[in-house]
Amino acid sequence: MLKPGPQNATVSGARPEIALSVRDLYVRFGTADVLKGVNLDVYKGEIMGFVGASGAGKSVLLRTVIGLIQPISGSIEVFGHELTNADIEEREVIERHWGILFQQGALFSSLNVRQNVQFPMREYLDLSQRLMDEIAAAKLKMVGLPPDVGNKMPSELSGGMIKRVALARALALDPQIVFLDEPTSGLDPISAGDFDSLIRTLQQTLGLTVFMVTHDLDSLHSVCDRIAVLVDGKVMAAGPMSTMMASEHPWLKAYFRGKRSRGASAA
Amino acid sequence: MSTEALLTGKLSGERLELSASGHWTADNAALLERLVVAAAPANDAIRNVDIQMSAVERIDTYGAWLLERLRRTAGERGAQARIVGLPERFRTLVETVHQTADAPRRARGSRNIVSFALATVGHNMVEVFQSTRLIMGMLGAVTVSGLRAMLRPTTFRLISMVNQVDLVGWRAVPIILLITFLIGAILAQQGIFHFRKFGAEIYVVDMVGILVLREVGVLIVCVMVAGRSGSAYTAELGSMKMREEVDALQTMGLDPISILVLPRIVALIIAVPMLTFIGSMAALYGGGLVAWLYGGIPPEVFLQRLREAISTDHFLVGMLKAPFMAMIIGIVACVEGLQVKGSAESLGLQTTASVVKSIFLVIVLDGIFAIFFAAVDL
Repeated sequence: MLKPGPQNATVSGARPEIALSVRDLYVRFGTADVLKGVNLDVYKGEIMGFVGASGAGKSVLLRTVIGLIQPISGSIEVFGHELTNADIEEREVIERHWGILFQQGALFSSLNVRQNVQFPMREYLDLSQRLMDEIAAAKLKMVGLPPDVGNKMPSELSGGMIKRVALARALALDPQIVFLDEPTSGLDPISAGDFDSLIRTLQQTLGLTVFMVTHDLDSLHSVCDRIAVLVDGKVMAAGPMSTMMASEHPWLKAYFRGKRSRGASAA
Repeated sequence: MSTEALLTGKLSGERLELSASGHWTADNAALLERLVVAAAPANDAIRNVDIQMSAVERIDTYGAWLLERLRRTAGERGAQARIVGLPERFRTLVETVHQTADAPRRARGSRNIVSFALATVGHNMVEVFQSTRLIMGMLGAVTVSGLRAMLRPTTFRLISMVNQVDLVGWRAVPIILLITFLIGAILAQQGIFHFRKFGAEIYVVDMVGILVLREVGVLIVCVMVAGRSGSAYTAELGSMKMREEVDALQTMGLDPISILVLPRIVALIIAVPMLTFIGSMAALYGGGLVAWLYGGIPPEVFLQRLREAISTDHFLVGMLKAPFMAMIIGIVACVEGLQVKGSAESLGLQTTASVVKSIFLVIVLDGIFAIFFAAVDL
C-alpha cells in the first residue's frame, strides 16, 4: 500500500520526498526514438509543469508513465513502486491512487455527469448509493460546478465544464497524484485562469501532487512550483520559473522570453 | 490501508462525546459510514455533540464528508455539534467540504402505469411521424442535389462515387454470391423434398426460378446490403457529424448532401442491381446444382424447364425493384447518420435504427411492388 497520506506532504522540506521518478526512459515508435533517456523527478506536494515543443514527446512521456505506452527500457517509480515490471495487482494499487485528466476530458458519453464521477468509486469502493451521491455532489462543488450539472450528459456540456467534470472524476478516489494533459487548452483566458486557481486550491486542500503537461505560459507562471523542459527526447532543464527565465539556452530563451511570454511574465 | 477508522461514543447526560481516530479515507469509507450512522444522536435529549478529531491520522474528502454528515445529522436532530481538536493540516479540507450543499435528492419514479404506457405510445407515434418526415425531407434534398448535378455534371463527386461503388458493390460480391447460392440450394432442396410426395419434383424448377428472380434474389441482396453498407454509411456520417466535419463542410459553403449523401446513394443505386443480378444467378446455380445432385434432375432438363417456366418479365420485375430498394437503404442510412448526437451511444443507436428501418422499409416496398405488379399483370 502507498505510504504517508497527502497531508504529510511538504514542499519546503530539506529533502523533499519524491512522488514520481523517471530514470533513463526510452520509447521508440517504429524506427523513431521519441524519448531518449528521460530523467525526471516530481516531488511530493508540488505542481510540476511539463513543457516542450509540439511533437517533442510530452504526451508520449505522460502516456508512458500512466502505462498506455510500453517503454523500451528505463524505470518509472510512483511513490516508490516500480511500474515497468509491476504485475496486475500492483498496478491496480497504484492506479487506484492516481487520477488522470485527459486533454479532451474522455468522459464516458453514455453516462451522465454524476455517474461519470461515481464510476471509479463504484469500481474500487463498496459504498452505499447515498454516500456516492453525496461524495459526487461534494466533488462537483469542489471543482466549481452547480449541483444540477450532475444530471446532464457529457454532450450537453461546454468545453470548460467538460474539463471540470473530468477533473472531478480524476479526483473521485482522492488520489495522491494527478496527471493533467493540457488542462487549460481550449479555454478562454478567464476560464483558464479560474482553472489554474482551482488546481492550486485543490492541490492545497487535498495535498495533491500535480504533474501537468501544458503550453499555457500563464499557468506556468501562476501555479507551477517547478517546470521541466523536454527537448530532443530528454529533459533538458528542471527548476522553478526563475531558473527558466534566467537560462541562456536558445530554446528556453525563445520559449520563456519570446514575444508571447512577455505579457505572461509581466502579469 | 492497514489502520482502521474508528469512532467511539460516550454519553453523559445531554452531552454526547465522540472520539474519532485512525484513517478517515476512501478505503475505510464503507465502514465509516456505518459508524457515523450508528453514532448519530438517537434522541432529542442530546443537546451537545462533541467530535474529538485529534487522534485522526489521515483524512480525505470521504472522511471529511462523513464528518460533515455527522455534524448535519446532529443539527437536524436539534443538537449542537462541535468539532474539536482537528489538526491544523486538515482544516482547509473540512472547511471546503462544510460548504458543500446537500446532494440533490433524485426524483423517485411514482408514475401511473397507464399514463406511462399511453405516453410511451404517444412518443413512439411522434417518432414514427418524425422519421417519415426526415426520410421525405432527405428524399427531396437528394432529388434536388441530383438535378443540380445533372445540370452541372462537373459538380458531381465522381471519384467519391466510384470509391463507394467499390466498397458497397465490388467488395460485397463474394459474400452475396455465397449467401444467395446457399439460399437457392436450400429452396431447391426443400421444394424437392416436399414435391416428391406428389411426384412433382420437376415443378421445383418453376418454383426456384420464379421465387429467386422475382423476390428472393433482390430481398436477400437488399437485407445484406442494408446490414453491410447501410450500417457503414450511418456510422461514417455519424462520426463525421460527431467531429463537426459536416458543420465544417457547411460553413465552407459546400452542401453536405451533394458531397456526402448523393455519391453514396448513387453508388448504391448502381451497385444493388448488379449485386441482385449476380445474386439471382448464384441462387439459380445453387438451385440447379441441388436439383441435379439431390433431386436427380439433370442440368439440361433443368435449363429446358426453366426456359419454359419463366419469362423475361420475372427477371425484369426483380431487377426493377432493385434501384428503388437501394435508394430506400441509402436514404435511411444517411438520415440516421446525420441524426447522430455527440455521444458514442447515440452512434450505436442510430446505426441499429438504420439497419432495422431500412430492412423494414425494403420489405414494405416489396409488398407495394407486389400489389403494383399484380395490378399491371406482370
